[in-house]
Amino acid sequence: MSRVRVLVGTRKGAFVLTADGKRKSWDVSGPHFAGWEIYHLKGSPLDPDRLYASQTSGWFGQVIQRSNDGGKSWEPTGNEFTYDGVPGTHQWYDGTPHPWEFQRVWHLEPSLFDADTIYAGVEDAALFRSTDGGGSWQELSGLRCHGTGRHWQPGAGGMCLHTIVQDPSDAKRLYVAISAAGAFRTDDAGASWRPINRGLRSQGIPDPDAEVGHCVHRIAMHRSRPGVLFMQKHWDVMRSDDAGEAWVEVSGNLPTDFGFPIDVHAHEPETIYVVPIKSDSEHFPPEGKLRVYRSRTGGNEWEPLTKGLPQRDCYVNVLRDAMAVDSLDSCGVYFGTTGGQVYASADAGDTWAPIVRDLPAVLSVEAQTLP
Amino acid sequence: MIRVVLPQHLRTLARVGEEVEVRVEGLATQRAVLDALEAGYPVLRGTIRGHTNERRRPFVRFFACEQDLSHESPDAPLPEAVVQGVEPLLIVGAMAGG
Repeated sequence: MSRVRVLVGTRKGAFVLTADGKRKSWDVSGPHFAGWEIYHLKGSPLDPDRLYASQTSGWFGQVIQRSNDGGKSWEPTGNEFTYDGVPGTHQWYDGTPHPWEFQRVWHLEPSLFDADTIYAGVEDAALFRSTDGGGSWQELSGLRCHGTGRHWQPGAGGMCLHTIVQDPSDAKRLYVAISAAGAFRTDDAGASWRPINRGLRSQGIPDPDAEVGHCVHRIAMHRSRPGVLFMQKHWDVMRSDDAGEAWVEVSGNLPTDFGFPIDVHAHEPETIYVVPIKSDSEHFPPEGKLRVYRSRTGGNEWEPLTKGLPQRDCYVNVLRDAMAVDSLDSCGVYFGTTGGQVYASADAGDTWAPIVRDLPAVLSVEAQTLP
Repeated sequence: MIRVVLPQHLRTLARVGEEVEVRVEGLATQRAVLDALEAGYPVLRGTIRGHTNERRRPFVRFFACEQDLSHESPDAPLPEAVVQGVEPLLIVGAMAGG
């Protein structure tokens, strides 16, 4: 029977949650790297027992950990992230130029095509690639240096490259998203990049439909339709049917179109999930009710999913990397909260139950479906 | 040999006990001790000082002989008691919440 492994990054360590295909009874391993912020963990799609973790600390900086046995043991690997050339400046919160300074790795994305290749999205925003399993890292500086980089500015969480999406049909095409710059695409394996933000409108910037400056929170894709992208923006849920050339809003009947994560059902490419959050200052669910919203029509028409989720006095947040799906026949959906709960649904969101309730604040959730 | 006391998180990372010893050739300075420490425990590179600029990370402090050496030049001689191994060089994570 297939198994599921859920990788959870928290403010104070990593946890590995495992279950059989029924997803009723879970084993909890951790905390790994106790006391450190674990921004993200992810396994290689080509070698699922090879896991990577971004371990970071305000005191001791960045560490990258690698496991070759599914998280039973870990070894530190390369942690040197040096910008290519003279980094220059981006905009600071007050609009003044600010030097590019490496802070941390937000997101790790193992390659779909080569088990030793992995991408890292970092703050201050840049994309790095390792081709030796995380031993050494080189910046794909065509992104930061393509021309708009000096105009990028940080969002509230810092100026982070938080989303990396690979086109499974084209090894040379990648999408990334940066807060608060927007979405970008390369068609030549990272050598050159261009903004893909046409159709986005953001009220918090001087020109609401500017080429860059948009606070994109997350992008998701179904691997069977790599030209279709779904986006949760600071405000607005968006979709593109032409690989990001143009975006249209699909917020529809959501109670609020602010939020962080967005994900796609493993087997239904028009079924998507978001977690509406009340506003950009009140980072909690509307009315104190934690609701995942599902659209089976690729947006616009949304239904609340509430069974098993707290429907009163709930004021947690769900961060951008804290939702994932498995690929079992009945698609599992998972998300973690800033209150330390990790919820699982084994029936595509119809019903939910907590796997754990009292972890540190959850920063990221990834799901692996294992044979 | 120069004795170095690491903070808990770095002991875990380097898989060592509270105190390690490093051998320094020539003048014993902060830089020389950190060079020797990182040569012996490469996993510590980047965790105490920057990879390329070698600047002390802001929330890391260096204490010895009841003195704060954090703001000394990295090339200043360490106290004789540290050089002689009588007192350790303490590498400390600054008290700053968490």
